[in-house]
Amino acid sequence: MLVAQGLSKKFGDLTVLKAVSVEFRPGEVHALMGENGAGKSTLMKLLAGLYQPDAGTITWRGHPVHWRSPLEALAQGIAMIHQELMPIPDLTVAENILLGREPTNAWGWLDQKLLQAEAVAWLKVLDCHLDPQTRMRDLTVAQTQVVEIAKALGRRADVILMDEPTAALSDHECTALFKAIRQLCQRGVAVVYTTHKMDEVFQLADRITVLRDGEWVTTQPASNFTPASLISHMVGRDLATVFPALTPASQEVVLEVQALTREPYFRKVSFQLHRGEVLGLAGLMGAGRTELVSALYGLLPATSGTITLKGQPVVLRNPADALAHGVGMVTEDRKGLGIIPALSVQQNLTLTALHRFTQAGVILGTQEKQVSQAEMTRFKIKARGLTQPIRELSGGNQQKVLLARMLLDAPEIVILDEPTRGIDIGAKSEIYALIGQLTAAGKAVLLVSSELPEVLALSHRILVLRQGDLALEIPASDATPEKVLSNAMPL
Amino acid sequence: MKFNREFFHRFGIIFVLGILITALSVSTESFGTLSNLTNVARQVSINGILAVGVTFVLLTAGVDLSLGSVVALSGVVCATFAHPGQYPVLVPILLGIATGGLCGCFNGLLVTRGGVAPFIVTLGMMTVARGLALIFSDGRPVANMSPGLTNLAGDVAGVPIAVLCFALVALAASVFLKNFRLGRHIYAVGGNENAARVAGISVTRVKLFAYTLCGLLTGLAGVVLAARITTGQPNAGMAYELDAIAAVVIGGTSLAGGVGTILGTILGVLLIGVINNGLDLLMVSSYYQAVIKGLIIVGAVWLDRRQARS
Repeated sequence: MLVAQGLSKKFGDLTVLKAVSVEFRPGEVHALMGENGAGKSTLMKLLAGLYQPDAGTITWRGHPVHWRSPLEALAQGIAMIHQELMPIPDLTVAENILLGREPTNAWGWLDQKLLQAEAVAWLKVLDCHLDPQTRMRDLTVAQTQVVEIAKALGRRADVILMDEPTAALSDHECTALFKAIRQLCQRGVAVVYTTHKMDEVFQLADRITVLRDGEWVTTQPASNFTPASLISHMVGRDLATVFPALTPASQEVVLEVQALTREPYFRKVSFQLHRGEVLGLAGLMGAGRTELVSALYGLLPATSGTITLKGQPVVLRNPADALAHGVGMVTEDRKGLGIIPALSVQQNLTLTALHRFTQAGVILGTQEKQVSQAEMTRFKIKARGLTQPIRELSGGNQQKVLLARMLLDAPEIVILDEPTRGIDIGAKSEIYALIGQLTAAGKAVLLVSSELPEVLALSHRILVLRQGDLALEIPASDATPEKVLSNAMPL
Repeated sequence: MKFNREFFHRFGIIFVLGILITALSVSTESFGTLSNLTNVARQVSINGILAVGVTFVLLTAGVDLSLGSVVALSGVVCATFAHPGQYPVLVPILLGIATGGLCGCFNGLLVTRGGVAPFIVTLGMMTVARGLALIFSDGRPVANMSPGLTNLAGDVAGVPIAVLCFALVALAASVFLKNFRLGRHIYAVGGNENAARVAGISVTRVKLFAYTLCGLLTGLAGVVLAARITTGQPNAGMAYELDAIAAVVIGGTSLAGGVGTILGTILGVLLIGVINNGLDLLMVSSYYQAVIKGLIIVGAVWLDRRQARS
């Protein structure tokens, strides 16, 4: 019914999807599987008209189509339910379901009765008995999901694309959602679905397509897979990227964390970090990795537990505290929590360590410029010059500026949250090499990454977080992708 | 030379200003005279001091709507302590400035610690300060100011003292924003508040500073105005915030924060001043003047938004 043929998509220099072909059939649940960054969301967004393919065609009911916007796709019966839901919180359930096509009478007045009745009818299809008068903000995430599905149904969608619909749901809520999805299939709707939860796929999917690094790996009936074979399809890539050799870590503990907790993100997490060590933090999206390291940087302080730096217990209330204690971090959210877009490369680079080039509040201009120039050379930052606004740089170069910014303040503990996300292979290798240099220089690195080969090759030890709990702590030499993934999957 | 946003704003305005000045010099006899130009400078100086102050607030992506009312309150406080033979002349001046600073500090505290939107906070301050000015003065102009203070309306070597004040304030502000760490932090906070926090900057301190400084300069403007009109007028300064904010935005400062210069603000102030003066000289009725000025303000902000989008 819906066929993707040779779809490719590039963002800048980065190819996120390479000639992917998949066919979706009515009445079938089709799961798209792959690691973070494998191209699942991109494929869905192409199908839903949010992005336009750079190459390849989409065929819908036998005709090639070129959707310029999600609205066009929606008009043809293809609806997408996004990872972050977008309901209007102060409208009621009924108003949201019929948003944009509210029934009116001949005078243009809103027909409340018909509105309620239609909403109830669509909810009933999903076997859901919500009061249509409830405000959206009072619903649980699962209920919101169901309302979004009802909204898609109300628009007579024949294909519903769901991007990780269960990421934020409890088990009970998942059961309700699965029931709704099966209802959809019985009505002949094609459901395309992504998830990181292994058990779910085997419960729900009829067919599974595996993507890896933007490339199609395989499409087979779900019954052909076992969890183990699925995982090996997902991770089985060659580790051709150049990783630096590990220098042995010392036994000196620079950071000790005990029973660190912040509900609902992570609880009772304890570990030690040694001088010269890279400690890899693996886990699925939403496992609490980012929140845990944010607590160590004072961004999202923990509510209980202790942090001990070089034997001294410390309280980190904000990033300024953390920096003063020699903890630096580059966050995963480069745009939102990293760059100051309007400021120049130099101004971004020296932002954190500006106090080092300041006398009585005045910036020492020459010194700032010299240091920036040196850092730009050292990190091979490609920019027209120090005064170019950072927003004009590529993602990889922005990332290098942010790394340089953090390191200029000479922290002893370096936290890197997804340092290579969305950047090209060349810049990736440079960042890998940099991590090697850092540990050789005696710094301790806490590395969060969703790319398993990266964590495995760069770390001395690996911690795996599962839904906020520390599930596994092993030396990297004993770790295999399968071991890490099976511990990361929710039980 | 790059044809970027800064170029457009900064040199676009110089261009417009140049055309206006040339046109007015040709079409009126009096515009180009020294006395008129001095007059223009005198007229813009109060708006100029306010505009420099509010530039700091706008750079942090905030806004201050209380300027006009705080001008009135500071003027009334200043005049109340400026009766002849009462205190040394410095006392009413400093009290007037401090009054403004206190108002600004309150604004800053509510914005940072209270987490209330700047628009709401300063809208509240706008009414409160006006009310306080009326209470303090019993609703009547506070007259009988010592000559020591009213002399501030005079000249030094042919240059009005108010103009000197504006020039000094603008110079200091420009140097500060360019060369001081706190100045850089203001741009960082306005450009991306969350990223600035992650980079180790105390966003609260930076914003508190911006609002307080804006308040202090508003207090100074209040003192200068009181000296010029030789009374503390509780009804003075009506809608002054609009001219000040308009000048800053015309000068290229983004309402979204993080982008803008004092030089741009000065040019914006001059542009508004020249338009006001020119319309007077061309004997355009004040009704039409209001319409024309309003259109220019909206046009400038529209340009700003269009730039931000592209």
